[in-house]
Amino acid sequence: MADTQRRPRGAKGKLGLMESTKLKHFHGGLHLDYHKDISRQTAIAACLPQTRYVIPVQQHIGAAGKVIVEIGQRVLKGQMLATTKKLISAPVHSPVSGTVVEITKHAVPHPSGLEADCIIIENDFQDKWVERKPVAQNYHQMNSHDLRTIVRDAGIVGLGGAVFPTAIKQTEININTLILNGVECEPYITCDDKLMQERAREIISGADIIGHIIKARQCIIAIEDNKPEAIAAMQVAIDEDNTGFFRIQVIPTLYPSGSEKQLIQIITGKEVPINSLPADIDTLCQNVGTAYAIHQAVFKDEPLISRIVTITGKGIKQPQNLEVPIGTYISDCIEQCGGYSDDASCMIMGGPMMGYSINSDQLPVVKACNCLLVTTSDEIHPANTEAHMPCIRCGRCVDVCPAKLLPQQLYWYASTNNSERAAEYHLFDCIECGCCSYVCPSQIPLVQYYRSAKSEIWALEADRKKSDAARQRHEARQFRLEQQKQEREEKLRKKREMLNKKKGKPEENEIDAKKAAIAEALARVKKKKETQAITPKNTDHLSAEQERQIKEADQRRKAMKEENNE
Amino acid sequence: MLTVVVILLAIVAAIFGIILGYSAIRFRVEGNPVVDQIDALLPQTQCGQCTYPGCRPYAEAMANGEAEINQCPPGGEATIIALADLLGVEVLPLNAENGEVKESKTVVVIDEQTCIGCTLCIQACPVDAILGAAKQMHTVITPECTGCDLCIPPCPVDCIHIVPLEKNMNNWKWPTPNGGHAAPKAN
Repeated sequence: MADTQRRPRGAKGKLGLMESTKLKHFHGGLHLDYHKDISRQTAIAACLPQTRYVIPVQQHIGAAGKVIVEIGQRVLKGQMLATTKKLISAPVHSPVSGTVVEITKHAVPHPSGLEADCIIIENDFQDKWVERKPVAQNYHQMNSHDLRTIVRDAGIVGLGGAVFPTAIKQTEININTLILNGVECEPYITCDDKLMQERAREIISGADIIGHIIKARQCIIAIEDNKPEAIAAMQVAIDEDNTGFFRIQVIPTLYPSGSEKQLIQIITGKEVPINSLPADIDTLCQNVGTAYAIHQAVFKDEPLISRIVTITGKGIKQPQNLEVPIGTYISDCIEQCGGYSDDASCMIMGGPMMGYSINSDQLPVVKACNCLLVTTSDEIHPANTEAHMPCIRCGRCVDVCPAKLLPQQLYWYASTNNSERAAEYHLFDCIECGCCSYVCPSQIPLVQYYRSAKSEIWALEADRKKSDAARQRHEARQFRLEQQKQEREEKLRKKREMLNKKKGKPEENEIDAKKAAIAEALARVKKKKETQAITPKNTDHLSAEQERQIKEADQRRKAMKEENNE
Repeated sequence: MLTVVVILLAIVAAIFGIILGYSAIRFRVEGNPVVDQIDALLPQTQCGQCTYPGCRPYAEAMANGEAEINQCPPGGEATIIALADLLGVEVLPLNAENGEVKESKTVVVIDEQTCIGCTLCIQACPVDAILGAAKQMHTVITPECTGCDLCIPPCPVDCIHIVPLEKNMNNWKWPTPNGGHAAPKAN
């Protein structure tokens, strides 16, 4: 299905006319009910200040940061709390001014429900910022590296939900196309929609900075056709910008168009190959929220300390979008939205398709949190992981899979712990969009199986790495012990030599030399005896007595020889 | 005619013999490659529960047919299956004489209040994962600890304890759904 869409153009467009563009289509996908009007009726409201904020040290993909504040320390709004230790990492900052009261393990939003290191800050309600030095318009004169450092130090991560450190994504330069992702294809979520409606100019400015970093030649802003207000607002901002760098691409509403690889396929017609990055096909995809955060970092020197969160669902009395400081308790946000309705049953972090349910509202909002969905029991059934019907091989999962995988085949391998075979069937190309689980008539929680198989493979890989390290360490130790043993022996030998010299005893090799000399002399004599038969000269005139004595001596000698021989 | 054929075949055989003889010398493989393959499958805890002094000696013994494949409790069933696959032998249940499979992975910690700094555990550790010096407090480098527990018997003050490996978000695994109906066994 290739849709032909009317595409509005910027003021400097070639013809200044509407131009039709052929859009490509990815495989599969689903038409879902939007449920977006629930939360997009009101403007984005600021979340009221609270007394306590819980900031998890790790809110991104990659290595956790290193905490650089102490308990009892006074911190200002925007002050860095944890810095980056490794390449793929992001710092976190204080959302308010106040005091660090605790650095401890605290429950965080994560499907595991585990606790993680968190910095807890008590608000002093003074709202005092750290010193800020925005570079503002000067960014045009800055090089990519310096701008990336600003993005990195501001703790900016992909706000579409993947939370991958943005600066790392922008290391490739001379990328042709920057795609700004304003698709927001999951039902219920409207945070990007509202952001585009209300802060379009800032988004455009942020995108321009990204374009400057990666030296892009064009920027395509992709928005689904179910967000006409956002499209109009962005068009106004583009017209103001007036550089011809930007253009809006309206795409048909289809889940999961907002997924990076699928969106690139829609816009460019190219598929991101296996084990490759979008940069390999000359594109970079960034969320509109990320672009906004970059604008804030460059023009106001404000790090990422808040984000827009959609709080929605029938289980919420006044669904709306809130600008929530990172670290605010979910319960505080819900309270500001009028609290739970009486029949609220389940809370989901993220959208209904890719989110995960959480059991408590005493968790902080993190950078990844784009939506808090509170559903009633008649709205959405949580995935049934306990028991499901058998697979009937209907193949509907294959029809909807946007990654062109064989979900049914993957399910056989994942459910029988044959994760290696699953990996051969490209398990790691699964984007976990949930289309297959959605259409499955047997209600098999397919994505759950794939996630389990993926983590199984990661665990095996981690084990292998650890055992390799152990082998190396063991071998190094064996080598060291052997070396020490040799050194000890050498030392001992030298000591013995010294001792022998002191006593005046001939050394071992001297003894050997003497022995050799004796043996040599004996050999010489023997040889001489053999070559010159010795004839005694004084045996001519012997007396009888003498002859007798000689005879006796000969006999004695003979006897001795025999004895020796025996 | 026959003689010609015989002579020709003999010449061909001689040529191939020379080529083979030369390549046997030129491309000589040092050591037994099977030992490396077996060693790669073993968990490298170096615990000695297999009765051999480390994983590599056990691998060598297996390659020489002196040891069974079921003597490695830390590897458990997965290792036995992998070894059976590699060596083309039957899968055996774990030999109970060598020990039992641990329920979860463990590491050791030293109670630093009790430690007297005798260095006996350092000498016992096969992977140099204990840090310390004579009459100085010792500590375990947790990421390097293989959980072999060899440091526990030599400790004169019993200050080393076994603890399960901490579960965190980096080693957490998504649970496998409890399927109401098991799928047919994949090939």
